[in-house]
Amino acid sequence: MTQPLISARGISKSFATIEVLRDVDLDLMPGEIHALLGENGAGKSTFAKIIAGVHRPTRGTLALNGEPVEVASPIIAQKLGITLIHQEPISFPDLSVAENLVLGRHDGGWLARVPWARMTADARALMALLGVKIDVTRPMRGLSIADQQMVEIARALASDSRVIIMDEPTAPLTPKETATLFTIARRLRDEGRTIIFISHRLEEVRALCDRVTIFRDGARVITETIGNLTDADIIRHMIGRPLKEYLHKQGTQIGEVALQVDNLTLPGLFSDISFTVRKGEIVGLGGLVGAGRTDVARALFGVAPAASGHIAVNGSEVSITDPSQAIDLGLAFVPEDRAVAGIFRTLSVEQNISAAVLGKVSRAGVIRRGQEKSLAEESVRKLSIRLASLRQPIGELSGGNQQKTILARWLLTAPSVLILDEPTRGIDIGVKAEFYDMIGALAVSGCAILLISSELPELLALCDRVLVMSEGRLTANLSRAEATQESIMQAAVPKTGVAA
Amino acid sequence: MNTLGGLLLRREAGIFVMIVLFCLAVGLYKPQFLSLNSLRIILLLTPLIMIGAMGQMFVLVARHVDLSIGSMLGLSAMLTGMMFKFAPDIWWPLGFILAIGTGILLGLFNGFLVVFFRLPAIIVTLGTLNLYRGLTYIVSDAKQIDRQFVPSALKGMSNTSPIFGIPWIIFMSLGIALLAYVFARHTTVGRQIFALGSNPVAAPLRGINVTQVTLLVFALSGALAGLAGIMYASRWGFVNPSNTGAGFEFQVIAAVVIGGVSINGGSGSVLGVVLGVLLLGCVSAALPLLGIPGTSQNAIYGAVILLALLIDRTVRQQGLKQLTARAAA
Repeated sequence: MTQPLISARGISKSFATIEVLRDVDLDLMPGEIHALLGENGAGKSTFAKIIAGVHRPTRGTLALNGEPVEVASPIIAQKLGITLIHQEPISFPDLSVAENLVLGRHDGGWLARVPWARMTADARALMALLGVKIDVTRPMRGLSIADQQMVEIARALASDSRVIIMDEPTAPLTPKETATLFTIARRLRDEGRTIIFISHRLEEVRALCDRVTIFRDGARVITETIGNLTDADIIRHMIGRPLKEYLHKQGTQIGEVALQVDNLTLPGLFSDISFTVRKGEIVGLGGLVGAGRTDVARALFGVAPAASGHIAVNGSEVSITDPSQAIDLGLAFVPEDRAVAGIFRTLSVEQNISAAVLGKVSRAGVIRRGQEKSLAEESVRKLSIRLASLRQPIGELSGGNQQKTILARWLLTAPSVLILDEPTRGIDIGVKAEFYDMIGALAVSGCAILLISSELPELLALCDRVLVMSEGRLTANLSRAEATQESIMQAAVPKTGVAA
Repeated sequence: MNTLGGLLLRREAGIFVMIVLFCLAVGLYKPQFLSLNSLRIILLLTPLIMIGAMGQMFVLVARHVDLSIGSMLGLSAMLTGMMFKFAPDIWWPLGFILAIGTGILLGLFNGFLVVFFRLPAIIVTLGTLNLYRGLTYIVSDAKQIDRQFVPSALKGMSNTSPIFGIPWIIFMSLGIALLAYVFARHTTVGRQIFALGSNPVAAPLRGINVTQVTLLVFALSGALAGLAGIMYASRWGFVNPSNTGAGFEFQVIAAVVIGGVSINGGSGSVLGVVLGVLLLGCVSAALPLLGIPGTSQNAIYGAVILLALLIDRTVRQQGLKQLTARAAA
């Protein structure tokens, strides 16, 4: 057997106190395309970033051709011949393609001459080698994602990289662009390079890769030749963790339809989405990241309205083109990225809680501080938000308590429909459990809840029904009895976009 | 022209057309505007702005801004003037070293605050704009350096000419522009400044030393403000603690932005900045000729700048649209 190009031994990585990667051993061979598979957060991207010098491992060693190496930075990685190609490449949009190719590889001092003629000629040669037609003198700005990826691959070749890591490269590509990418990847493999391919799309992995390594919960589960695994094997390895026990809400009266969605479509993001959520019902919306779930939620809340389709709230058809209309109709939305879209970081907890009900706590446009304060106090008590003072900026609270504050804000509007997008991402286990109880209690009180989550155990534990989206379409509507990790994953894994 | 060069040239051609149209319009009303003499006036209005603009261009390209250049100019000029006043027998070119050296130190202080305390450049230089001006009052005891103290050889740079009656000072500013062009386009660090401004997050990932490059652009801006300071003494023959360099930052930033340097960093060209400076010079020269009273000059000045920016923005967006349309085709 030939010597591995890269050997990882005992690689572990913690961010703050959370261990995201645990004792990973892996050998990558020259001349193979090696897939890394796993659920979101399983550790595959972190592992790839450690190889590429973006992250330093907390423990463990890497060897290149048998020699131990310290990949302390992306620049060192590049010098060692390791290049990471991001899904949406990092580039310098104002500089030309040729400059983007060579930047960072200039030798000599500050005043060293920039060899424009040679740089352009070399860049053209690389593009010809890859067989792509990109004018190397044009600026990067305005290039398609596929072309930007090609420039990145050309950059890897310019520094003669032996290891090229592609992190979900095909997600933004058309099938034709994907086919081109695969042709090039195979050629690079045949030249003896190692390609690490991270993807969610099993069909693509089958079409392209030689071996596959599956990650789960930060550990390597199995490394195997792709032909020896069935799709069912792969999915089982990806999700095979023990289910945590949560108490499903008991004896809730499921009532009238609170939210009805018919044929909702927004070209490019999702199409033909139809479902209902009843009073007292918790409906899960599962799927992989990028399946269009958040886009549906944003459309329902009027952030980015759908192009066509119908929405009915409590039986009457409505048109929602703006979040303030959604709020008036009794909708509430806890967005996925709370740092960007959820909190007013520098405002106090109190002000964050009252933000959606300013009308209730003000008279003639003037906020009545006393009323604002008592509302906030009540919310803090009810949701047991842990804080030093109501006047504290919300940015100082922990993630879980920030999330509770946002929930408190929406509960004050007494919503009839509550949309939660990944509500427990990045919060502690303990707070998570409290959250589940709150969501259950809300449903019992008659609220209709749409829960978007990538965590299968969460969907299974909380939901009365689970909808699954894949590539912008609804692919399953599973009753509580039908929903299992397997059935959800089967529906979530894309079936299209196979490139030969 | 489906290239980066083509796009930039289009922008520069736009500024050039603006200059021609402006001069023709003024010329229709006051034919004497289209004469060699007014060209001389225009050119004489520009060298200080040209020198300052070259420094400011690199600061803006790196996605910062330097508001303190007028005060750096003032303080450098004042220290140099005082050296001439208290050591009249000194070899006068030493003034250049003192002025530029002072500028470098003041610029490095700006850069230091921006880099090590991660303060926004607009706030830092707004502070030093006042700090450096205040220091100028303190060191000079609020007294002007009068004509008799400025060496006549230095003054001679502004009123004697090697050729065509064009004074030395103009050749000097064009020389600086040429150096800036070579620096921006053909040196490694010049390209690193553009890369840094184009994507500050990615720059360190590609081995660009962000600290050093940032310090460099502020030092450069200071050095050129210092050079402009001694040129001020040459051109006007005096240094005044309150007037010298006051409002300089406004003219310089206006010229640079009119010249097509993006305030979002990453793009701009020396040729564009030179044209921007010339356009500003034309406007300054035309206003008195058109009999516009001094009181309304500032308003018109500001309006012209806004107009130039609007035109530039429209032209640029059109250009980008065509470029992407072609790439997609």
